[in-house]
Amino acid sequence: MVKEIERVGLPAVQICAIVPIAVTVGANRIIRAIAIPHPTGDPTVGRREEFEIRENLLKKALDALCSKIEKQTVFK
Amino acid sequence: MEKVRVVHYLNQFFGQIGGEDRAGIIPQMKEGPVGVGREIQNESKGRFEIVRTIICGDNYAAEHLEEVEPLILKWVDEIRPDLFWAGPAFAAGRYGIACGTMCKAVQQKLGIPVITAMHPTNPGVEAARKEMYIIETGDSIRDMKRVIPKMVALAQKILDKASIGMPEQEGYLPRGIRVNVRAEKRGSKRAVEMLLKKLRGEPFVTELPIPHFDRVAPAPPIADLSKAVIALVTEGGIVPKGNPDRIEAHNASKYCKYFIGDLNDLTGEAFQTAHGGYDPVYANDDPDRVLPLDAARLLEERGLFAKLYDYYYVTVGNVTAVASAARYGHEIGELLLKDGVQGVILTST
Repeated sequence: MVKEIERVGLPAVQICAIVPIAVTVGANRIIRAIAIPHPTGDPTVGRREEFEIRENLLKKALDALCSKIEKQTVFK
Repeated sequence: MEKVRVVHYLNQFFGQIGGEDRAGIIPQMKEGPVGVGREIQNESKGRFEIVRTIICGDNYAAEHLEEVEPLILKWVDEIRPDLFWAGPAFAAGRYGIACGTMCKAVQQKLGIPVITAMHPTNPGVEAARKEMYIIETGDSIRDMKRVIPKMVALAQKILDKASIGMPEQEGYLPRGIRVNVRAEKRGSKRAVEMLLKKLRGEPFVTELPIPHFDRVAPAPPIADLSKAVIALVTEGGIVPKGNPDRIEAHNASKYCKYFIGDLNDLTGEAFQTAHGGYDPVYANDDPDRVLPLDAARLLEERGLFAKLYDYYYVTVGNVTAVASAARYGHEIGELLLKDGVQGVILTST
């Protein structure tokens, strides 16, 4: 899906736990998520810490949307 | 006939440990066959003996490939089997990636022959098909009875170093390897015949499928984030409680759009997941774990970007046909572009 969104000219970043799948299907901007059943959360830590994790992931995602890339990129 | 000693790799479901609720289990091993392993032994008329079964949760394997691989190599090396057998994985993406990765490692690092089986759209296929034989399967366990004999037959040929036929004869996915064969007619004749068939609208089989690398050139980045409208999209199935539009838990036939313009947070009281491919406990407890609305609002308030788009788009990415997902993505992209969105954050499970 994310590849098709980019195709219409909108930068789109995929946050997903299994990076090899995102690479295979052709996502251009990829960020590794926390885990499959909770990509933007972590139930093993406290609520406050979990929120910070989510906030940081989103900041990374925004950075990815503002980055000029030439090819598929996994943002660390 | 000499016994063939086999190590078998399974996920938690086929390993008879549990469903999605157990997808996080760490690798474990059992001596002897488990579940479908017995069918494999029977199908081989007792020639194959599954001496060890390795079972790992789908989530754990897919999320920790680098850690799981050395452990599995160790457990396989202890046995030094004649064959490493993974799956079949059908269309299960996480399982397919694990099967492909483990087979590749065992073959390359231990020099032990491998066999696995998957549906052609399984992402595990791309990861491994050039290196090994992957028997083609249907998209679900319903195809098990047809697939096991094909796997056994091909595995025996590999072990016996017998000559292996073309993909369509043996039932494996094309590996992109060319072999020289003697044709009855010369190339120019075959090409003209094919062209005539094409012109007449008759079926024909190409001798050289053109590889289809569908890559999209990256879109230009957002120039000024502080003025940008950002949208959230998810394949993780987050929907209003009760799933009013009935998005399917599996192979979704649609995507939906829901208003979040008046919300700062998603709660388990008002939202839930409709996705049937992962353990829903965490998402139902706090849907922000899949659709990160609360943190997006905070960053919007702080002015990192101008505005969060008032709606989000959602579908269920669970064994969903690639063609459907491509269409949903295209339509969602067009709609967001029309509504003045400048960047998209998509989460998938």
